[in-house]
Amino acid sequence: MTALALKRPMRAPGLLAMLAIMLVGFSIATHDFATPGNALNVLLQSSVLLLIALPMTFVILTEGLDLSIGAVLSLCSVALAQTALATGSFAATLAVALAVGTAAGVLNGGLVAYLRIPPFVATLGTLGVAQSLALIVTGGQSVVGLPNSVLFVYGGSILGIRTPILLVAAAYALMHALLYRTRFGSYVFALGGNREALTLAGVPWRRMLLAVYALAGAWAGVAGLLLASRLNAGHPTAGIGMEFDAIAAVALGGTSFERGNGWLPGTLIGALTIGILRNGLNLLAVSSALQVSCIGLLVILAFTLEAFRTQTP
Amino acid sequence: MTAASSEARAARPTLPPELIRLLLRLAAVLIVGVALSLLSGAFLTVVNLVNVLRQAALLFFMSSGLTLVVITAGLDLSVGATIGLAACIAGTAIKSTGDPWIGVAAALAVGAAVGLLNGMMVSLLRIPSFIATYGMLWVLQGVTYTFMAGATVYGFPHGFRELGNGYFFGMPIPVLVMAALLVVGTLFAQRSIWGQQITMIGANPTAARLSGVPVRRRLILVYTLSGLAAGFASLVFLARLNSAEADIGGSLTLPAIAAVLIGGTSLFGGVGTLTGTFVGTLLLTLVLNGMNLLHVEGNWQPLVTGVIIVAAVWLDLRGSRARS
Repeated sequence: MTALALKRPMRAPGLLAMLAIMLVGFSIATHDFATPGNALNVLLQSSVLLLIALPMTFVILTEGLDLSIGAVLSLCSVALAQTALATGSFAATLAVALAVGTAAGVLNGGLVAYLRIPPFVATLGTLGVAQSLALIVTGGQSVVGLPNSVLFVYGGSILGIRTPILLVAAAYALMHALLYRTRFGSYVFALGGNREALTLAGVPWRRMLLAVYALAGAWAGVAGLLLASRLNAGHPTAGIGMEFDAIAAVALGGTSFERGNGWLPGTLIGALTIGILRNGLNLLAVSSALQVSCIGLLVILAFTLEAFRTQTP
Repeated sequence: MTAASSEARAARPTLPPELIRLLLRLAAVLIVGVALSLLSGAFLTVVNLVNVLRQAALLFFMSSGLTLVVITAGLDLSVGATIGLAACIAGTAIKSTGDPWIGVAAALAVGAAVGLLNGMMVSLLRIPSFIATYGMLWVLQGVTYTFMAGATVYGFPHGFRELGNGYFFGMPIPVLVMAALLVVGTLFAQRSIWGQQITMIGANPTAARLSGVPVRRRLILVYTLSGLAAGFASLVFLARLNSAEADIGGSLTLPAIAAVLIGGTSLFGGVGTLTGTFVGTLLLTLVLNGMNLLHVEGNWQPLVTGVIIVAAVWLDLRGSRARS
């Protein structure tokens, strides 16, 4: 028990060392990196990622995976953009984003919890469905010309603080409280750590598991709103691959893919690490495709280190 | 083959269950075929049927290696990205040297190298296969896009293009290669000791290890074969399209996985055949070809493929629960 409890903070030094190396490296390599303006940029650019990385942590804690998040995010962004254009109402726009995201999440959760289809296959199927729907609804075109109320979500500021940062701060506080202060949070850990105990205790674990995936879908809806606001458009393929950044953030943050072993603050640091990596590589004019390669290598590295740490032959 | 199925055979003196399942899948192929010939006049023509077989061959090259991976209870999500990188490097090599054989060697080497790395991550580092190959997918995609820098290579020598377009005794060359691969692959998977060890690893890794199967080496072999198969598929793809660009492989992974799963190979390991995968590729190709003929928008393809994947796994789960 103590060994397990110690394991979580034990991972922090490695991650923080990696972060420090990156910060120093990018500061030396480029002039524009270590400036207040750029620090704000990193935070803003990481905001969409963080919104999906937080619920992804919940999913991975249940020994699950959600490969559909990026496609669902795209689908939400085109659906909400079309709603915004048709109605002009912000409430309707938000409602559609949440509804579409939650529906996709419920589909994932239903497949995983009730039909017992392995998560990566179920969500791979949903990925295909969401991607198709996003392309069919829009005919492959961007939905442009969003009203100001939607643009405010990314571009506005309240009391001098940019709205995405407030949104992310609120999201983190909410998810942290949900995971560590509620019974539902304990169930999330137990779903991955000891599902049998939940069954024996009479907890309706299938419903809880469904709720975890539905939550991930709902947050994909919010992230879709933020992304559409940032791009000033709903784009049917804009979110593709974003699930990988989210999974990478969770993995770097030290959440294990087994036995419900992980911590949410790690994901926060992991997402910022990826944000900083992308920002620094951008400043070094490294192509977006190669940035993804770097993140892939980083994830494989994280797993390799984890393998050496946990495996005694 | 297993104890459970031999008991079932004793209880019901009918055909072996594997054969029944294969026949059911063949019946599905037939039903889809009949439905399509009723719906579209263009379906039941020699040209279109040969075309379906040729497309199925392309899918089969990818799915054959993947079948072995899935039999070991693993998954290779990097198949499409491997094809992308191998096709781009091979295409560039052929264009710059003019020698198709260098391209062939390059594609096979790239495929095998990627597979080897996947296998080492899965067996030596024990990273779950879908995570390791998922990370590999993005690494490969980045390398491919950077290598091509937005360019397209096209126009390959006639001799090389025969690999995709040529005929031999009236049959397309890819279809003949598929037939050969099906025979050799089935012999390897079903009849050879290595093939049986691979099935055993998927059915019960602990038992396999305790009975002296070199689990790590066999796993590395399986992933390398999957990469090699993807490398070969990239060559046929290249010869058929006569051009290569960075996004060439992106949409191929989902159909490849779907074909394996429809073919009755269990995602949970230990069960699966190449003949099943062959029928699976045929069924999926028929469905996609039919959608084309009925003028269904191409954007529907990921949806249909996704639904098929989930449905196949669900049927497999139901079947295995009913049996146990």
